[in-house]
Amino acid sequence: MLGKLTWQAIPFDQPIPLYSAAVVGMMLLAVLLWVVVKGYVPYLWREWITSVDHKRIGIMYCVLALVMLLRGFIDALMMRSQQAFAFHAAGYLPPEHYNQIFSAHGTIMIFFVAMPFMVGLMNFVVPLQLGVRDVAFPTLNSVGFWLTAAGALLVNVSLVVGEFSRAGWLPYPPLSGIQYSPGVGVDYYLWALEISGAGTLVGGINLVTTILKTRAPGMRYMRMPVFCWTSLASNLLMVAAFPVLTATLAMLLLDRYLDFHFFTNEAGGNPMMFVNLIWVWGHPEVYILALPAFGVFSEVVSTFSGKPLFGYRSMVAATMTICVLSFMVWLHHFFTMGAGANVNGFFGIMSMIIAVPTGVKIFNWLFTMYRGRVRFSAAMHWAIGFMVTFVIGGMTGVLLAMPPADFVMHNSLFLVAHFHNVVIGAVLFGAFAGYNYWFPKAFGFALDERLGKAAFWCWFVGFYVAFVPLYVTGLLGMTRRLQHYDQPQWHPWILVAGVGALIILCGIALQAAQLVVSIRSRQRRTDRTGDPWDGRTLEWATPSPPPLFNFAVLPNVKGEEPYWGVKRKAITAMQLSPEPSYEPIEVPRNSSTGIVTAFLAFVLGFALIWHIWWMAALALVGAYATFVVFAWRDVAESVLPAEEVARIDRANRSSRALALTEMHA
Amino acid sequence: MSTSDIAIPLPSSVLDLRSVPPSEATGHGEGGPAPKRIVVGYGFWIFLLSDIIMFSAFFASFAVLASATAGGPGAAQLFDLRNVQIETVCLLLSSVCCGVATLAVEQRYARLTQLALLATGVLGAAFLTLEVREFASLIAQGAGPSRSAFLSSFFALVGCHGAHITAGLLWLGTMMAQFYAKGFRADICRRYFCFSLFWHALDIIWVAIFTIVYLIGVRS
Repeated sequence: MLGKLTWQAIPFDQPIPLYSAAVVGMMLLAVLLWVVVKGYVPYLWREWITSVDHKRIGIMYCVLALVMLLRGFIDALMMRSQQAFAFHAAGYLPPEHYNQIFSAHGTIMIFFVAMPFMVGLMNFVVPLQLGVRDVAFPTLNSVGFWLTAAGALLVNVSLVVGEFSRAGWLPYPPLSGIQYSPGVGVDYYLWALEISGAGTLVGGINLVTTILKTRAPGMRYMRMPVFCWTSLASNLLMVAAFPVLTATLAMLLLDRYLDFHFFTNEAGGNPMMFVNLIWVWGHPEVYILALPAFGVFSEVVSTFSGKPLFGYRSMVAATMTICVLSFMVWLHHFFTMGAGANVNGFFGIMSMIIAVPTGVKIFNWLFTMYRGRVRFSAAMHWAIGFMVTFVIGGMTGVLLAMPPADFVMHNSLFLVAHFHNVVIGAVLFGAFAGYNYWFPKAFGFALDERLGKAAFWCWFVGFYVAFVPLYVTGLLGMTRRLQHYDQPQWHPWILVAGVGALIILCGIALQAAQLVVSIRSRQRRTDRTGDPWDGRTLEWATPSPPPLFNFAVLPNVKGEEPYWGVKRKAITAMQLSPEPSYEPIEVPRNSSTGIVTAFLAFVLGFALIWHIWWMAALALVGAYATFVVFAWRDVAESVLPAEEVARIDRANRSSRALALTEMHA
Repeated sequence: MSTSDIAIPLPSSVLDLRSVPPSEATGHGEGGPAPKRIVVGYGFWIFLLSDIIMFSAFFASFAVLASATAGGPGAAQLFDLRNVQIETVCLLLSSVCCGVATLAVEQRYARLTQLALLATGVLGAAFLTLEVREFASLIAQGAGPSRSAFLSSFFALVGCHGAHITAGLLWLGTMMAQFYAKGFRADICRRYFCFSLFWHALDIIWVAIFTIVYLIGVRS
C-alpha cells in the first residue's frame, strides 16, 4: 500500500535529526496556529499564496531563500563543529549522517538559497525597471515559485522521513547508483531537483520573454538598466542549461528505477559521461547565480556614487560575453579525469579568458566610484566587500584553472575555499546588497542601516576567518568532506575556521535583529516618496510599495537613466509634469494553479521516492485535471477602474510634490 | 541615514505618456509591450528551444553510448527500417493534418478544424502504437534497456520523444474539446498556435532520431 515506506523510515535511533526536526516542526506548527487563530488565512491565501503579482512572488522567493539559508547554515555549523571535534576522534556525527549533512548543505545553498534569492530579486525588480505592469506570464510565474518551494519541502521532509543523499551536492555515479546508494536519499535529491528545476525553467522562460518582448515604450536594448541585462543573461542561461540538468538527472533516475545503464560500471555504462553532462549545466549555473548579483552591484554602486555606471556598453558586452563563454569551460571541474593534455589545455585557457570580462566589470565598478560622491550605506558596504572578496576568489580560481596546479589541489579544501570565496563573495553579498537596497521599495520602509552595517562586518570578517584557513589546510593536503582526520598540522586551522563560522552566525543574528527592529520602528522609517536612495532607474518612479499595476501610465523612455533625467527636470522646474489622463487597467486575476500544481508535484515526488505507484498515478491525473481547469477559465483578467488608478497615482504625486516643495523651502 | 533627507520626488506619471496602443507594438522597445499573441508565441518558442536542448543531451548520450553494446545486439541486428518508415510517414502526415487544421482555424471553419485535428490525433496515435510495438518486441527479444548502455540510451531517447507525443495527444484532445466548447476565442487560438508549434517541433526531433538512431545506426 505504501511502497517502501514503513515506520523504519523515521530515524528514532538518531536523536540529532529527530530532535531538530521536532523543534522545526513545533515552530512551523506554532506559526500555522498563530496564522489560523489570528484569522490571517484568507488574507494569506488571497494576497500571497494565489497572487500572480510579480512583486509578491519575488518577495516569496526571497523569504524562501532566507528560511532555507538558516537550514543550510545549521548544516555548515555542524560540519565545522564535527571537524573541530574529530581530530583523533570520531566526533559526534556518524559518517552516514555527516555525509548527508554536507550533501544537504551544498544542495540547499545552491538550489534553495542562492537560486530563489536571485530569482526573487529579478522577479521583483525587472518589470519595475523595464517600466511595465507585469511579467509576460503571471500565472506561470506563480507555478514556477511554488514548484521551487515543493522541491525545498521535499529536501526538508527527508530529514524526518527516510534520509537524504550521501553522495555530495552533485551525485556522481557510480556512488549515487542503486548499487552503492540503495536507500531513498539519492531519490529525494533527484526528485526535489527535477521538480524545482522545472520551476526554474518556467521562471527563466517567463523572464526572457518579459525582457525581450514587454518593455516600456522607448526602452531600447541599450537603454535597459544593467540589472535587466544581467537578468536577461542569467535567464537565457537557465533556459539553455537547466534542460541538461533535467535530462542528466532523468538518466540517473532511469538507472536507479528501471535498471538502465547510462552511468553504471557494467553493461557499457559510462560514469564519466555523468560528470560531463552535469557540469555542462553546472558551470553555466555558476553564472546564473553570479550575473544577477553583478547586476545588483551595478545598480547599487551607481546609485550610491551619484553617477551613471561607468562604461555601460562595456558592461553589457562583458555580461553577454560571460553568458556565451560560460558554456565553454565545464571541463575545468574535472581536469583529473584524464581527457588529455590538449583538452585540459583548451579548457584551462578558456577558463582564464572568462576572467577578462569579469575584470572589465570590476574596473567599471571602481571607475564608477572614482570621483563620485560615495554614500556608504549598508548596501554599498556589501558591494565594496564583494569587490575585495571576489577579486581574491577570482585569483584562486585562475590558479585552479591551470591543469597542473589543479592536479595538486583537486578535491582539496583549497577548492572548497575557492568556490565559497566566489559564491559567498558574489552571490550572497549581492543578494544582501539587493535585499537592503530594494527592501524599502518592497515594503515601504527602509531597513535599519546601523544593524545592517554591523551584520556586514560580521559576515565579512567571519568569511575570511572561516575560509582562509581552508585555503591553508587545502595546501597542506586536506581533502574535502573528511568526517575525521589525524593530521596535527590541520587541527588549529580547522578550529580557526570554526570560529569564523561563529562570527558569521553573529552576522546572521544581526540580520534577524535588523529585520525585527526595522519592522517595529517602521513608522519612523516610512519611505514616503518611493525614492529613498536618490535612485536612477524606473523602479524608483513608483510609490513604495508599488501598486498592483506598478505604473498608472506606462512611462515613455527617452535615453539612459530615464528616471534620473526627468527627476532633474522636475527639480529644476520646481514642479511635476501635468497630470495624465488615467485609463482603466487590466490586471491578471489570482490563481490557485501554482499552489495546486506544486502540491501535486510534491505528492508525485514523494510517491515516486517511496515507490507508492497508485499515489503517483493519482498525482499525475490531478496535474492534468489542474491544467484543464486552468485552461478552461473564461475570465483571466479583471479591470481596475480609472478612478481607482487616479486615486492611487494622485497620492503618489502629492507626496512627491510635497517633497519637492520641502526641498526648495 | 533617514530615508527622507535625500529623497527626490517624481511620480511615474510625469514621464511623458504617449504610449503606442499595444496592438501596434513590436516589443522591440519603441512601441512598448508586444501584443499577447506575440508574447505567447515567443515564450513558447523559448520553451521549445529549451526542450530541444534537453533532447540534445539525450542525443549526446546516445552518441557516446552507441557502440557500448556490452556484447549484446547492435542497431543493425535490431532495427526494422520498414517499421520506422511507416512510423515516419504517420508522423509527417500527422503534421500535414495539423497544418490543415491551422489553416482551418485561421478561416474559422469549425468542422474542418475538428476533422483535421482528429486526423492529426489518429495518425499520432498510430505512430505511438507502432513505437510501443517496436519497444515490446525488442524487450521480448531480450533487448530491453537493461541489456546494454546502447539500448538504455536508445530507449531513453526514443522513449522521451514518445512521451512528448503522448503528452501532445492529451493536449490535442483537450484542444478539440476547447474549440468545441468555446469556439475560436482569442486565447484558445493562441493556445492552438502553441500546440501546432509543439507538434511540428516533435517532427523535427523525429527526423533527427530517424537519421541518427535508425539510418546511421543500421548502416554502421
